[in-house]
Amino acid sequence: MADSTLSRAVRWDTVVGALLIVVLLLSFTTVDGFGNALNLSFLIGNTLPIALIALPMTLLVVSGEIDLSVASTAGLSGAVMGALWNQGMTIETIIPICLALGVVCGLINGLLVTRLGLPSLAVTIGTLAAYRGIAQIVLGSDAVTDFPTQYLDFAAGRIGDSFVPQAFIPFLVLLAIAVIALHLTPFGRSLYAIGASEEAARFAGIRVKRQKLILFTVTGLMASLTGIFWALHYASARFDNATGLELSVVAAVLLGGIDFDGGKGTLGGAIAGVFLLGALQNVMSLVNVSAQSQIVVTGVLLVVSVLGPRVARQIAVARAGRKAAVGSAGKTA
Amino acid sequence: MTHRSDKGPAPVLALKGISKSFGAVRALRDVSLELFPGEVHALAGENGAGKSTLIKTLAGVHRPDSGQVLLDGEPTVFHGPADARDAGIAVIYQEPTLFPDLSIAENIFMGRQPRRALGRIDHKATHAATLALMQRLGVELDPDRPARGLSIADQQIVEIAKALSFDARVLIMDEPTAALTGSEVARLFGVVRTLREQGSAVLFISHRLEEIFQICQRVTTLRDGAWISSELLDGMTEDDLVRRMVGRDLDELYPKQEVEPGEVALSVRRLTREGVFTDVSFDVRRGEIVGLAGLVGAGRTEVARAVFGIDRWDAGEVDIDGKALINGAPSTAMAAGLALVPEDRRAQGLVMDMSIERNIGLTGLRTTVKAGLVDRGAERSRSLDWAVKLQVKYARIADTVNTLSGGNQQKVVLAKWLATGPKVLIVDEPTRGIDVGTKAEVHRLLSQLAADGVAVLMISSDLPEILGMADRVLVMHEGRLTAEIPRSEATEETVMAAATGRAAA
Repeated sequence: MADSTLSRAVRWDTVVGALLIVVLLLSFTTVDGFGNALNLSFLIGNTLPIALIALPMTLLVVSGEIDLSVASTAGLSGAVMGALWNQGMTIETIIPICLALGVVCGLINGLLVTRLGLPSLAVTIGTLAAYRGIAQIVLGSDAVTDFPTQYLDFAAGRIGDSFVPQAFIPFLVLLAIAVIALHLTPFGRSLYAIGASEEAARFAGIRVKRQKLILFTVTGLMASLTGIFWALHYASARFDNATGLELSVVAAVLLGGIDFDGGKGTLGGAIAGVFLLGALQNVMSLVNVSAQSQIVVTGVLLVVSVLGPRVARQIAVARAGRKAAVGSAGKTA
Repeated sequence: MTHRSDKGPAPVLALKGISKSFGAVRALRDVSLELFPGEVHALAGENGAGKSTLIKTLAGVHRPDSGQVLLDGEPTVFHGPADARDAGIAVIYQEPTLFPDLSIAENIFMGRQPRRALGRIDHKATHAATLALMQRLGVELDPDRPARGLSIADQQIVEIAKALSFDARVLIMDEPTAALTGSEVARLFGVVRTLREQGSAVLFISHRLEEIFQICQRVTTLRDGAWISSELLDGMTEDDLVRRMVGRDLDELYPKQEVEPGEVALSVRRLTREGVFTDVSFDVRRGEIVGLAGLVGAGRTEVARAVFGIDRWDAGEVDIDGKALINGAPSTAMAAGLALVPEDRRAQGLVMDMSIERNIGLTGLRTTVKAGLVDRGAERSRSLDWAVKLQVKYARIADTVNTLSGGNQQKVVLAKWLATGPKVLIVDEPTRGIDVGTKAEVHRLLSQLAADGVAVLMISSDLPEILGMADRVLVMHEGRLTAEIPRSEATEETVMAAATGRAAA
């Protein structure tokens, strides 16, 4: 009945959430080896990098921007981590350096977008290539694997005998922060306004450029955190770590009902989208679908996820159109 | 020019007993209308009276539930807009939709350009045909110039030319003057008169009553979806028309209260933005309504934008209560007590996809905060409070603002800014495109605000509004302040003289 933007988005959230449950149930009952704790921990562990980057990406897309360089930032972060480790630095020094590097990467994107007024799609395709290139220069074709065991264990380990990876707990904390930031703070509220109408947001005294700069910077930070996690989780720092991850992140976020044009969607939907994609990829691996074919599926999902909410909205608009006609006429009577 | 009597020529297009319902709501009830060749017919009524539905019925967008559409006396059914167009009916909307990068000629003949061999576009023929249309309309517009940069009036003239190229005999003009300045209106009216003399039937919609009396011969009034009257305008007064529209005597349209001005609240000193406006200085005192008049492009809106911080200024100073504002920082201007109701409410004033509640809430993101989070209870009561105070008509506060009528949208913009408790309120075209009843409400509100000690700067292209509401009138011409006229000396002549640069500064 209600036809506000929110309820429309909620409806798509519900669709994705329901879809996730259906896929999980089907997988539990029909796919061999899906339900055991080890596989479920793989599922979550492999999905965590997507989920981590999806948090700031959701905020970014809500505000009408996008960052495609995230996977390269993650790769660069991992590569720098490996290179510095080879130099004999301690991991406790390296991690802050890598995070700071991520901040710089994000800041560069943000400054190019906000100060020069360039479209983020173009800027971050450029830095996607550039950051990856730097990663290769830094580490060459080496693979660094001998990180301290307690870190490797944390990144790959599970909580006791359960299926929950240890790294899932810090993720939940970050998720909570992101949910609060987007849905409960003035900052989050302003992102929706910026995404829906940047000009109107400016005329309401919202500091559009500053908010965007913050978002790009945080995205860079989270991408480098993901890069560190990736290298530890898979016990391998290579320049091509996380290649193509941006595709999964964007697909998952859009699948979760975050409108590519900005201003619409919720983090709940985005995270449902992330785990839906993660579950599908896991199932495909179990039934021996090749990695190449999985990318095809991700690509198709991306298109579907842009199309799906749009079709849903058009149906809603068509229905609302009839209602609006009634409504506006209603004010007459 | 003689007015045709009712026994004159047959109407070219007529509606007889039209009713149209949407669901349970009757948008039009037994409405009749006759459009005669060589006559400009006004359609009057408040927002929501059914004007839009009527226009859409004439244009073939809606099919009536009952009643007849008569074309040259013959009952006709329009199955869609194409049918109406083929029957010679064209609608000119308030905001024309031309392709900015195409030439005027290409816009007019888009998709049906004269062809030469091999399907190549015959540019010469297109050019010549366009030139002929322009001559017929009595305007000089170069067919080859791109649509980009044309004034809105000229864009509408291009749309009219396009309609004529379809052999339109009936032109429906839906609030064509809402975004035009005085001289542009005159240019458009010149064309309308030419059309009338050539025998076209014109249906003209405007919220500006004086325009109806200026250009129309006959008026049909609607109220709440019902037909009220159709009559010749000769001998009618504006008050007569308003009474038919609102069904009662309207309280004064310009309820200006006399207020003794207080301290200077807004002080603008030698403000300059290169190439846009130069050396602009003025004060607005508490309790004062200062009108800012001038032609579109004179730099009024640009000064307002710079004062509020949307654009940067190159030189000068802006003070609120004696404290200088930071250049280019709307958030600090807001904090200092400045509010700007911008000229384009759909693009600048509101986030159209957001709810009424959140739109009003946008200006309170810094204040309705508890422990760093949005205080939703406070936000809702703040929004409800102001929506109710300004008598916004809505179903639910959570409805998106694009479901509201223009007048109610404008009230939401005002609510959004009044909720900040401003010391200085700048309103840019506060009543553009809203009906006369709401207009009077907005004026009463502005007057009350001034009486409560707010300093109001009112930019308006509506001269009667400026003269009716302002304590002082500032006039801009080509980026400079050319006159400051006290209320007692402000007349259409003195203001227009300054606006067009004929008066000594």
